[in-house]
Amino acid sequence: MFSLSPEELEALQLSLKVSFWAVGISLPFGILTAWCLARLEFPGKVLIDAIIHVPLVVPPVVVGYMLLLLLGKNGALGSWLHDTLGITVGFSWQGAAIAAAVMAFPLMVRAIRLSLESVDRRMEQTARTLGAGPVDVFFSITLPLSGSGIVAGTILAFARALGEFGATITFVSSIPGETTTLPLALYSLAQIPGEEGGALRLMIISVTVAFAAMVAAEIIARRVRRRIAGP
Amino acid sequence: MSITVDIRKNLGAFTVDAGFEAGNGITTLFGKSGAGKTSIVQMLSGLMTPDTGKIVLNGKTLFDSASRLQVPAQDRQIGYVFQDARLFPHMNVRRNLEYGTRRRKKQGNDAPKFDDVIAVLGIEQLLDRQTHQLSGGERQRVAIGRALLSSPRLLLMDEPLAALDAERKWEIIPFIQSTQREFGIPAIYVSHAVEEVLQLADKMVLLVDGGVAASGPVEDVMNRPDLIRVTGAGDPGTVIPVWVKDEGVDAGIARLSFAGGEFRVVATGLEKGTRLRLRVRARDVSLATSRPKNVSVLNVFEGRVTAVSDDERPQAEVSIDVGGATIWSQITRRSLHELEIEPGSNVFAMVKAVAIDRPAIRT
Repeated sequence: MFSLSPEELEALQLSLKVSFWAVGISLPFGILTAWCLARLEFPGKVLIDAIIHVPLVVPPVVVGYMLLLLLGKNGALGSWLHDTLGITVGFSWQGAAIAAAVMAFPLMVRAIRLSLESVDRRMEQTARTLGAGPVDVFFSITLPLSGSGIVAGTILAFARALGEFGATITFVSSIPGETTTLPLALYSLAQIPGEEGGALRLMIISVTVAFAAMVAAEIIARRVRRRIAGP
Repeated sequence: MSITVDIRKNLGAFTVDAGFEAGNGITTLFGKSGAGKTSIVQMLSGLMTPDTGKIVLNGKTLFDSASRLQVPAQDRQIGYVFQDARLFPHMNVRRNLEYGTRRRKKQGNDAPKFDDVIAVLGIEQLLDRQTHQLSGGERQRVAIGRALLSSPRLLLMDEPLAALDAERKWEIIPFIQSTQREFGIPAIYVSHAVEEVLQLADKMVLLVDGGVAASGPVEDVMNRPDLIRVTGAGDPGTVIPVWVKDEGVDAGIARLSFAGGEFRVVATGLEKGTRLRLRVRARDVSLATSRPKNVSVLNVFEGRVTAVSDDERPQAEVSIDVGGATIWSQITRRSLHELEIEPGSNVFAMVKAVAIDRPAIRT
């Protein structure tokens, strides 16, 4: 039962690729956004905070449709990308990665923001008296001290990206080998009578990958915490 | 080195309005908690911005509200040792020590060297430890080393010993003294503990309610009778500069010369010729109007009363001039009247040799 068919293997590989890119590209922005929300006071902060959290509260299909309107071939940003840079994100795995990144972003920002807020500001002040400028302080003190939260946020976002369904299917449809990730493949198999075995296998793979990610996150976060606070 | 400070800041509960100068050696910012000591050093370091005023270090302006000049903390080259050490928890001792060095590339040859600093502070064995494995005293020594190794032009120490128990305190003080001897980096030392000040400070800036009540050599400020309520903190006394004449003629009793004669105190291990500070607490000094006979007290000095405190309390402080040195005596107002002691009276001040304890002696 556990020999994967080429299609299933393809879906798994695609899922991993889409999720890695989704998380990898959005991580620097996630940290920056979380830092701004944790440390700065600026007009419109509440609004920015709300906009970031939109994917968490509206139906994923709505997000997918919004992406289609914005980044589709005839979309506001999409047509510009197509005409000037020759980039098309609709109906491609890159589009799937964007959908996954948008959906996972609020979770990532929340976790990182919480850990940034728990960093002892006095450590940052101390670093300044030792000659470190703001950027230096961020990389040498703030980032390492919030390490466990950043790891947690990253893995959480990764797990969310792996499970993305609604926004993806709306934005980039389900094209085997291009945008058919695990959940999409599972959904199509579940629609076909007699394919219950394949659906079951994909379900087990999904659960296993997500579970492994969460366990890895916990182990890494513990290690980071121990390094900082001692056993 | 010289730092000129003239700053004002409204902190809600009270206002800091302080002007003073500090030079080489250790200058103590002395005052009760809430006097504004920490706020002042924070403004010197650049971590807090004064409302108005000016700070000039070695001729370079660090802050000037008139020209809107504010040098950021990381560019001031002012080391800061905090009460709670604040070692970086994600770095071991060595990386903590090197943190400031790596960020100060441009420096003269007179900057403290890594090997010298760890030797003077006795932290060679701790380099590979994690910070949570250190004791309170060790943490503070590492914090001092870290500040020194950032090659500061001025060192701020904000009650670095306050979080330690009494025994640890006396272990750390010699390290601070030897860093001062070895590296000679001028320091501003915040404290509310008289005994630390006597051990460490050359100059004193006395803070009351955010303002400077007095400043000058430690002895001068401590011995001013009008400041007795502030410097005394419930246990007033004077500070007398002495030097060790000899030690051990009588077993365990050292003879210390001062302007008005010779103190005999119970102390061992004092090197002949060493200059020390004695703090003589007013409540340990009794008075007689004629030379006492058959008393156990070893230190009897003849002197003239210069001032008597005048308030409603049952006890009074009598200031006595003994050959140029000032000794205070705290006696009851009743005795004062019975002996008819008043300014101008000739008196004999008596101090028990055993009353002067080790912490009052600067080594």
